[in-house]
Amino acid sequence: MAFLQKFLIRTLYAVILLAAVLVLNFSMMHLAPGDVADTISQSMGGADEEVLAQIRADYGLDQPFLVQLGRYMGNVLQFNLGYSFFYNAPVTDLILDRLPATLLLVFTAQILALGIGVVLGVISARRPNGIASHFVTMLALFGYSAPVFWTGILLLIAFSLKIQWFPVAGMRDVTIEGGFFTHALDVARHLVLPVITLGSLFLALYSRLARATMMEVLGSDYVRTAKAKGLTEREVVYKHALKNSLSPVITLAGLQFSAVISGAVLVEAVFSWPGLGTLAFQSIIARDTPTILGILFFSALVVIAGNLLTDLALRLVDPRVGGKR
Amino acid sequence: MEPLLKVENLRIELTTRTGVAPVIDNLSFELGAGESISFVGESGCGKSMTALGIMGLLPEKVGRIASGSITFNGEELTTASPKRLRDIRGNDISMIFQEPMTSLNPVYTVGEQIAEVIRAHQGLSRKAAWNQAIELLDAVRIPNAKGRVSDYPFQMSGGQRQRVMIAIALACEPKILIADEPTTALDVTVQAQIFDLLNDMKRQTGASIIMITHDMGAVAEMAERMIVMYAGRKAEEGPVEQTIEHPRHPYTRGLISCVPHIMSTISEERHALTEVPGIVPSLSDFGQNRCLFASRCNMVTQKCLEERPPEKPFANGQKAACWYAEEV
Repeated sequence: MAFLQKFLIRTLYAVILLAAVLVLNFSMMHLAPGDVADTISQSMGGADEEVLAQIRADYGLDQPFLVQLGRYMGNVLQFNLGYSFFYNAPVTDLILDRLPATLLLVFTAQILALGIGVVLGVISARRPNGIASHFVTMLALFGYSAPVFWTGILLLIAFSLKIQWFPVAGMRDVTIEGGFFTHALDVARHLVLPVITLGSLFLALYSRLARATMMEVLGSDYVRTAKAKGLTEREVVYKHALKNSLSPVITLAGLQFSAVISGAVLVEAVFSWPGLGTLAFQSIIARDTPTILGILFFSALVVIAGNLLTDLALRLVDPRVGGKR
Repeated sequence: MEPLLKVENLRIELTTRTGVAPVIDNLSFELGAGESISFVGESGCGKSMTALGIMGLLPEKVGRIASGSITFNGEELTTASPKRLRDIRGNDISMIFQEPMTSLNPVYTVGEQIAEVIRAHQGLSRKAAWNQAIELLDAVRIPNAKGRVSDYPFQMSGGQRQRVMIAIALACEPKILIADEPTTALDVTVQAQIFDLLNDMKRQTGASIIMITHDMGAVAEMAERMIVMYAGRKAEEGPVEQTIEHPRHPYTRGLISCVPHIMSTISEERHALTEVPGIVPSLSDFGQNRCLFASRCNMVTQKCLEERPPEKPFANGQKAACWYAEEV
């Protein structure tokens, strides 16, 4: 019961936060020079002041800022994010069309980075001076300092062009025929390089943190108690120590969620992954304001959802988080 | 008869930044079945190291048993395999730690933490072990054991957590229970309850107890024999009452005179409370061939600084490592 109540309160906060994000995004876009009328007139090969004013009047751009903002908010409430003049399609459709690809990329990268990061962290924490530990340190240094797009291009050259293991770009091979399984396999093959590129940065972060917390936990009193009970090394490390060292890593993963999404923009651009990132990239170049706003809105939505998920995961791992009693 | 636990010439070395220091230097003692002994001394004199050495839990890569032997029931522990040591730990020899606040794992229920040790050593099913955990909680006098068994440690008070630790330690009815300052972190009324509980449990299970403490009151309450440690060496050993009555080592005498007497506030003459001047020597000074207490001793002579005093036995069972034990 208390849990449900907390969850509802969190959701309420999330809605308020989303509204704030909307207002802020809209205001910032409004402050930027140039508007849709410019874009449209450009695509028509130029237009005079009269036509521009007509276009502005048609799209309500001549109204005061607050009126425009109010209209926009009202539309968003009805799940209408506006119309993209560049793509000639409703923004909501555009985004929903591409969201699954981004979610697939982001969640696969995040989950793999978390899983592998924790395992590497645990292995290296058990032997702080072992080969695995030095490997993790190197990996962390590399993963954290190499820019995502550079890693991506390097991987492309190595594993798509020189050694042709993975496809160069896209998410699907349209020439492939077969059932669901064949298609899933095809998507997975396309997914490998983008996920490695995006995941490497976060793998570096998570493995370092997991290593540090695990080392601290292994020196704690309750680990000594577990040893004094006569439990095996495996039980001590993977039952008693691991669950305790997970909380900080999960917290960091939650905080990094926004970084994963902005990282996805770059990765998608490099691999032509048909997700929100590619859409964002193109609509920024085209000054397609409604689409940019829509993408920002959905990014905020994903980040907030990610934070809620993090909160849930933390509750599972650490009973103290729930604030029982 | 062979004693239950026999420690002979034990030497435990710690590797520190400045070098290797013998934190336990040539320690020998015996523990009979059903007997209670107490280790007394200031912080850093090797009491806990002795306990961890017996448990085979010395800090990895830092501490090691350099020489000597520990025999339990005739079995040598210093050369036993890790697997054999795991079988003994928590089963035949178990341990209660100083800090109940941090000694329990915060993310598992107390029931699970008790049941786990039962499953590990007695091969009981999950259900049976859980039921036994409830019985044990009841035995250590936690009210409403059935309701509290699925509580997490953070939902319990310090005294309750230490009771849980005792339940874990006694779950497999060990032959030896090592209690490393079990009441230091608790307030005084709770301390008394924990001592009562330990005494009751000892009576019921017949376990031997090694009690590590710096509290002379606890010694008098819990133990039949006491061993006074100083700088990794045994300073004095003897039956509790006689040793407190007439210590044979200046350090023991100093420790005892530190304890205020409850009667002295009532009687007219009040003894001034004394202290042992100075501090325990640093680890780098451990292991020198002299009396390590000399720097704090008011009876010190040239001889004390030149040679380590041997242990002198007395007729009543007391033994003291002091050149002038007869005169103390």
